[in-house]
Formats: sequence, C-alpha cells, structure tokens
Amino acid sequence: MSDYSNLKTEEMVLNMGPQHPSTHGVLRLEIKLDGELIVEVKPHVGYLHRCFEKHCEAMTYPQIVPYVDRMDYLASMSNELGYAIAVERLMGIQVPERVEYIRVIMAELQRIASHMVALGTYGLDIGAFTPFLYLFADRERILSIFEETCGARLLYNYIWVGGLSHDLHPDFIRKAKEFVTYFRPKITELNNLLSYNKIFIERTANVGILPIETAINYGMTGPNLRASGLKWDLRRDDPYSIYDKFEFDIPIGKGWVGTLGDCWDRYFVRVLEMEQSLNILDQALAQIPEGDVTSAIPKRIKPAEGQIYTRVENPRGELGYFIVSKGGLQPHRVKVRPPSFISLGLMNELCKGHLVADVIAILGSIDIVLGEVDR
Amino acid sequence: MGLLDQQFADDNIVITKVDDLLNWARLSSLWQVGFGLACCAIEMMATSASHYDFDRFGVIPRASPRQADIIIISGTVTLKMATRIKRLYEQMPDPKYVISMGSCSNCGGPYWEHGYHVLKGIDRVIPVDVYVPGCPPRPEALLEGLLKLQEKIRNESLVKKDVA
Amino acid sequence: MKSHEEIYNLLKEKFGDAIGQSITNLPVESFIEVSPLKIHEISYFLRDDNELLFDNLMLLSGLDDMNDKKVKQEDGSIVDVPGTLSVVYHIESTSLRHKIVLKCSCPKDKPEVESVNSIWRSADWNEREAYDMFGIIFLNHPDLRRILMPYDWEHGFPLRKDYKNPEFYQGMKVPY
Repeated sequence: MSDYSNLKTEEMVLNMGPQHPSTHGVLRLEIKLDGELIVEVKPHVGYLHRCFEKHCEAMTYPQIVPYVDRMDYLASMSNELGYAIAVERLMGIQVPERVEYIRVIMAELQRIASHMVALGTYGLDIGAFTPFLYLFADRERILSIFEETCGARLLYNYIWVGGLSHDLHPDFIRKAKEFVTYFRPKITELNNLLSYNKIFIERTANVGILPIETAINYGMTGPNLRASGLKWDLRRDDPYSIYDKFEFDIPIGKGWVGTLGDCWDRYFVRVLEMEQSLNILDQALAQIPEGDVTSAIPKRIKPAEGQIYTRVENPRGELGYFIVSKGGLQPHRVKVRPPSFISLGLMNELCKGHLVADVIAILGSIDIVLGEVDR
Repeated sequence: MGLLDQQFADDNIVITKVDDLLNWARLSSLWQVGFGLACCAIEMMATSASHYDFDRFGVIPRASPRQADIIIISGTVTLKMATRIKRLYEQMPDPKYVISMGSCSNCGGPYWEHGYHVLKGIDRVIPVDVYVPGCPPRPEALLEGLLKLQEKIRNESLVKKDVA
Repeated sequence: MKSHEEIYNLLKEKFGDAIGQSITNLPVESFIEVSPLKIHEISYFLRDDNELLFDNLMLLSGLDDMNDKKVKQEDGSIVDVPGTLSVVYHIESTSLRHKIVLKCSCPKDKPEVESVNSIWRSADWNEREAYDMFGIIFLNHPDLRRILMPYDWEHGFPLRKDYKNPEFYQGMKVPY
C-alpha cells in the first residue's frame, strides 16, 4: 500500500437513510468513509418509537399482551411467552402441563418461521432472489397452522397470563407432524442453494469478525454470541417452561469457511438451529398430554408489590422483561430488554476497516428488527 | 364518421379513447417504492412473495422514489419519520398514488390513546387515495386495496369535471 | 456460585457506607441499594474480583419511584418534597452463574448517576435511553444525547409520571 501513502484523501459522510431496501426497517446509518474504507458508523434509531412502555402503565396486565406482540413482529409467540412467564412468576401461578407443551411447540415453530425470514432477506440483500421466494413459500405453511389455531397470521394474542386463549383444534398435531417431515429435506435444499454457494461465501466469510470477550462485554446474546464460540443458550443455562425435558444440541460457530465469529458463522448457526427446533418439535408432539388450557387463568390479575426480571430465548437473542408492580391492576413500570437494541450498539465495532458493501452483509447477519429496537 | 365507418377488415386495429388508453397504461404498471415501516411491511413482503403474487398485477418494487408511481405506507408513522415521508412523497413524480395500509397509518391504530410519538394517521401529512383496514391486513385485503385503486384510476379523465 | 447474602456481605465490608440496605422482604426479587456517585468503583470491583466475575450487564433501567411527598413544616406550611428517580442494574456472571440486582436513587431535581460505560460497554445505549426517557444525567458518559425521541424534542422526558403531551410538533397535531 505504500504507493498510495502520499495520496491526499478527504473523508466523506454517506447517509443510508431511513428509506433503504436493505436496512430491514427504518434505520438510519451515518457512515464516515475514507474512499471506500469505513472509518465510523453511527446508527440513528427512534424512527419507530411507539411508546410501548407508556402504554403499559395505562393498561391492565391482560390488555398488554397484544402490545407485546407488536414489538418483535417476526417472533410474536416468543414475546408473549416471555411476558406470560414474567407475570406468572410474579404472581406465583402454576400452569397445567398441556399449556407448557403447547407453548413450547408454538415457540419452536415461531423460531423456524423467524429464521426463515432472517435467512431469506439476508440472501436477498446479498443478491440471491430464489431462497427468499422458497423460504417465504414454506413459511406460509407455518402461518396457516397458526391461523387455524388462533385466527391470525402474524400477531396472535394467543399466549395469555395463566394459559392460552384457545385449545388446539383436533387436526393440529397431524398437520404439525406433516410440516416437520416436509421441512427437513428443505434445509438441505437451502444449503445447496445458498450456504455453500461460492459468491455467498466470498461476500460473508472473514467479514465482521466478533471475538468472544467483546461480545460478552457488549451484552450480545443469542445466535450471534453462539457463532463466536460460546455455548450459551437460555433454554439450557437458565431454563424456563419445560425445556429441561427435551434433548437438543446447541450449535456454536466453528469458523468452517472463514474465521470464527464472522458473518457466515452467524448465518450457519441459524440454519443449524432450525434443525434443532425440528428435533424439539418431534419430541414435544409425541409427548403432549391432555388437559384444560384455560383452567389456571385468574379472574383478576393483581400481583403483590414487588419486581421481577425474567428472560427467554428469542430467535434474536435474550429478551428480558422487568416488571415493577405497586399492587394495582396496572403495572408501575414495564421495561423490555430487546436483543436487537443491544446488537445494534455493536455496529461501529464490527464495521471498522471494512468496505461499504460489507455494511449490508454485517447488518443482515446480526438480524435486527426495528420494532424491537425502538419499541 | 361516415367516411371511416366499417372500413377496416384487418384485426390488428384497436380503436379507443385517449383517456381509456392512458388509464389502462397507468393502472397496469404501478411501480411501488420499496418502503416498509413495521409489521404491515412483513405482510407486504408476503404479498410480493410467490404465494400471493404482486407481480401479476404489474407491481414491481423500485428502490428510488423518483422511479415509482405508488407508495404503500405500511406500518406506524411516528413524528420523527413523518417529515421524511413527506420528503419522499414530494420526490415522486406525478401521477402518484398513496395506499395507506394497516390501522396505524389510517388513524393511529392501537397507539391512538397514549402514543406521544405516534402520528395519528398519515393523512395528516400527505393525501391518501385508498385506506386498507386491518392489523395487519391479510395479503388478500391488500390486493383488494390495489384493485380498488385500479378502479379509481380507470375513472380518471383528462377533462376537468365540473362539480355542479 | 454465591447467594445474595454472601455478595451483600462482601460488598458491605469493602465499601462500607456507599452500600445501603439489602431489601429482601418483597415477594420475588431482592435488591441492594447503592449510592449513585459510587457505582463506578463498585462496578469495577464486581467485574474484576476473582470470586465475583460479573461480566454481563443484563439490564439497566430507569424508574420513576413516584414518591413525591408533601411535608408539613413546623410553621404549618406544606412543602413539596420532590421524589426520586432510580436506576436499576441487573448483572450476572456467565462463568460462575450468579446474579445480583443493584438500585441507585437520586433526587428528581438533581438526577446524577455515574456512568458504568467504561466497565460494561452494553451500558452505552441503555444509559442514553434512560436519559431520554427520564432525564437522568450520567456523569462521564462519552456521548449523552437523545436516542429514541427526535433530537430537537423539548417537551420533557416522556416516561416521568408528570409528563404532559404537547399540542403540536413541527406543524403536526399530536393528540388524537
């Protein structure tokens, strides 16, 4: 590079504005460039701030469930599950076993659907159009299963505090088992189309490397942390619901085609996680007991004075709810710890020294949803 | 009319009005700005995917507003974003149309009561042609909204209609 | 893996007065009250001590305690005593698997808390959000400005209990 050392350059600021085909929502990135090399990336958020926490202080506990859905709109079942578990722990309610099994089945189906969107749009950003169409067509099958159970395709209002809103319809288990058998070979098809594609590997390997200590210090969780090599999964390390009854593997990154903790690792950990979710679904669908799903729902939800912090494993990381109650029908404060908010704080560290085109690859690999970042 | 009446026996001749021709051309190729805000954007993406296809109506997503005819506001509009949407709308060339998709951009949606940062309806900032209700609306509902917009365009005219 | 009591005793013998009470009588979660201007030192100790090794800041949250009081003075007049704003920290250790909850309270008319950004980098954006929503000023934070609300929002701090909505913002009507 010594030929270019006496070349005078000026820094330029490029704006990847709130309207952009690849920013997964309304995010604004202010990128300071030296030629094509990135000097600094400053994310500006808040374009979707919908005042969720203020609404929680004015609504009763059951009325908050639809608002909780709309935060991370690609993984609504996991959001509702976290909120229901938090309020149930605060009140000391024990739910029937059938409810726990159904909640796990819904959460795992939702995890597969969410990863499908993440991987499909990541391929679309890089330039591959076909995996997007294939994955969205398969996702329609999951959405029709959800629609037959609770009536909605995207935002369900299904997992209530103390139970569920409806029981499963009689055909559910057969359809879910059919989906599991249908989807397993599709993962191999996805690998052949996208994962081992030479162009995809060139764009994503050795890009955006995240070492473990930086990841933990910045609070990164979920598939992004596992891709850097740490085997940390809340379903195993801080178990909630009945996850301790199932056997499943926790995939971590190994630097298969590049360095440990690069974009390709983060992408491939999600593909492996979809497979593990299918294993959990197999076991849960075989063991589900009978019971009544609405028997433990209390008539009035009025917890005693106190506070609690609960966390669940969202497809994007660790989703935490901090609820402070002063004994009334409405909570005093509900604070949400969104995984995408924390991941986005790392953009500057990850992008330093890369080229402009790599910003898209890195942003897609950390998988953010702006509804969660801004609440 | 008598000179030209019943004179042509060839079958690759079409006779039409300029109005009809222009309207047919406009409604069959509505190119949209790729713009999604929140949850409704996911349903819009599902509508453009292969199960409920948008492309068969001639709707293609374009990245830049200067090459687009239609903008679909899908999702909650916040005060911070509203100024940017106005700028995007002004960058689109005429004739341009707006579909407001979802309850949040129609009237503020579930955030109408305590949302201090939510704009209660995008029609406070830009003029809207079609409102599609739902939270989020099903892909079929969005397709119906598009068909209603096409009907509206079909009834447009170059001649100014006097409202008596 | 240490329990809440053991961690409280370790902190109390090292820092003495800066550590307040340990509240354990509430139903679910117990927390330790800490002085807001000493939280920086205490956090260094929490992260680097070999028996504690707290390396992950799970949650940093602002809180409006809503404890404004009206105090009757000796001469019969009633004086408004403004309440406190608090910051709650939930910290855990990934290697030793224990957790602790700390709470710092500061008065509403002078809300200042030391920043823990240099210890756990995840506090960066969380503290900006607490400033944006409550108005708590974090001393020694590298870049304290609004994050979720527009940068020119001058109508106050939204999540405080006494917040009132403005009528218009840049020509747009805000209420329904």
